[in-house]
Amino acid sequence: MEALTNRAKQIDRSPMTAWEKMYLPAIVKGLGITFSHMFKKRPTIQYPEVQRPFSSVFRGLHVLNRDEEGRERCTACGLCAVACPAEAITMEAAEREHGEENLYREEKYAAKYEINMLRCIFCGLCEEACPKDAIYLSETFAPAHYDRKGFIYGKDDLLIPDPNTHREAYEKAAAGRVRHKVSAF
Amino acid sequence: MSDTPLFKVTIDNITIDVPAGTTVLEAARKIGGEVAPPAMCFYSKLEGSGGKCRTCLVEVSKGSEKDPRPMPKLVASCRTTVMDGMEVKNITSDRVRDARAGVVEFLLINHPLDCPICDQAGECHLQDLGYEHGAQGTRYEFQRRTFKKHDLGPYIQLHMTRCILCYRCVFTADQVSEKRVHGILDRGDHAEIATYIEKSLDNDFIGNVIDVCPVGALTDKTFRFKNRVWFTKPVFAHRNCDKCCGEATLWMRGDEVFRVTARKDEWGEIMDSEKTGKTGWICNDCRFDKKEAGDWTIEGLADISRHSVIGQGKYPGLTMPKETISKVMDGRNPRLLMDIHEVSEVNRPEIELSEIQGPATSAVFKTKK
Repeated sequence: MEALTNRAKQIDRSPMTAWEKMYLPAIVKGLGITFSHMFKKRPTIQYPEVQRPFSSVFRGLHVLNRDEEGRERCTACGLCAVACPAEAITMEAAEREHGEENLYREEKYAAKYEINMLRCIFCGLCEEACPKDAIYLSETFAPAHYDRKGFIYGKDDLLIPDPNTHREAYEKAAAGRVRHKVSAF
Repeated sequence: MSDTPLFKVTIDNITIDVPAGTTVLEAARKIGGEVAPPAMCFYSKLEGSGGKCRTCLVEVSKGSEKDPRPMPKLVASCRTTVMDGMEVKNITSDRVRDARAGVVEFLLINHPLDCPICDQAGECHLQDLGYEHGAQGTRYEFQRRTFKKHDLGPYIQLHMTRCILCYRCVFTADQVSEKRVHGILDRGDHAEIATYIEKSLDNDFIGNVIDVCPVGALTDKTFRFKNRVWFTKPVFAHRNCDKCCGEATLWMRGDEVFRVTARKDEWGEIMDSEKTGKTGWICNDCRFDKKEAGDWTIEGLADISRHSVIGQGKYPGLTMPKETISKVMDGRNPRLLMDIHEVSEVNRPEIELSEIQGPATSAVFKTKK
């Protein structure tokens, strides 16, 4: 049978020679390899101080997006919830009233929006399903918690900071991830 | 009738015998499946409907046995009656497919495409049609038509921008309810569904215009924005009603009844009642006021098309498995690490969305836990 890769090594089972039986040269050779690593570049990254860049297709914690005027984009259409293979997303919709036009983009909005991060598998299908460019997966991990309650993310945790009042925080949260602008219907 | 002669008609190479006077569309529906042309305005339960939307266009490649010439133009199958030996092409004809794609494009010219907001999404015939025949984008460069908002009362929400002017609701009000107060005003591009002087639609049986509407122009105000159709579970149920047949579909979530509609068949039309044998129109009482599961006798899961998004998460014949852990553990219950209902802000038991008249607003959710 032909090997799938050519990386398999045949094992040599012939009896050891006198030179090999002495052991000492093999130990010196092995220590030589160990010492040589002291002069090589270190692959370790000092994590909290130094962070490796994320891949451009990395899928991390969800963010609920706002438009340029700071209005919430989500209309609670439920497509993310129906696309979610882990059934992690739940929501409740409400109608926008007079005076709330600066808060919500369309006449219907998500009054409650919840992602269960214990269920979420970060597949990104919600982002793909969203017709309003309202949800996207950011370049951050979900932080660890001591109990499970901390993993139920509501709208307070998910919404991106308002660009009108917290411009800097908004830019940081968006961090180039708000890629495509979809024209409003 | 025994004296009606049977005509042989061939639709997409499938031959069927139908009584004279049957329309091509109804003959095709007897065959069923993909052979049946889509219909946006034709409604077999409403007299005089059809002939307006042109989505049911078919090609007649042989007029009849006596006059085998083909018809020069595509014909509306809902208004064309069969002749003996007629041969009809629906999906086998490229001309028909092409024309239908054009019709769909025209229907969508002024459509706002606000499906994410629209309550009809998931059971919308225009959505199906757009999915099947429509193009990816629009070629229309002008402003979409908008209308002054009309209030049709506490039960029915009108979104005129979504309307395709099929006239079904007008026929329903004429033939089913006792008095028609709405109609189509103006003409051409300005034509709109309205009551001439602001009046609310609230006579009995007027709620059926919601079921009849093929798009989201007329929707149930008591269900407005409450939930998406595909997250609710349609079950057949009945109750004793002195006004109507009392047979309906309840759209439930848990034990809450979010919406009541009439029962619909595979063509999206209201089914005949099992009790009376007539079309199962339901009255406003059943539709808007009986929103308690206790009001109804539930029969079981409604028929859902295999291709419909409404079927997601619904399993006919499913029985909940019994909890066995406490039995194995000598009566002790398992220690839960987290009860989701203690943490979750969604589906809180003190907020009964189904009991709110009209859509939920920010005030409903304001009460902090």
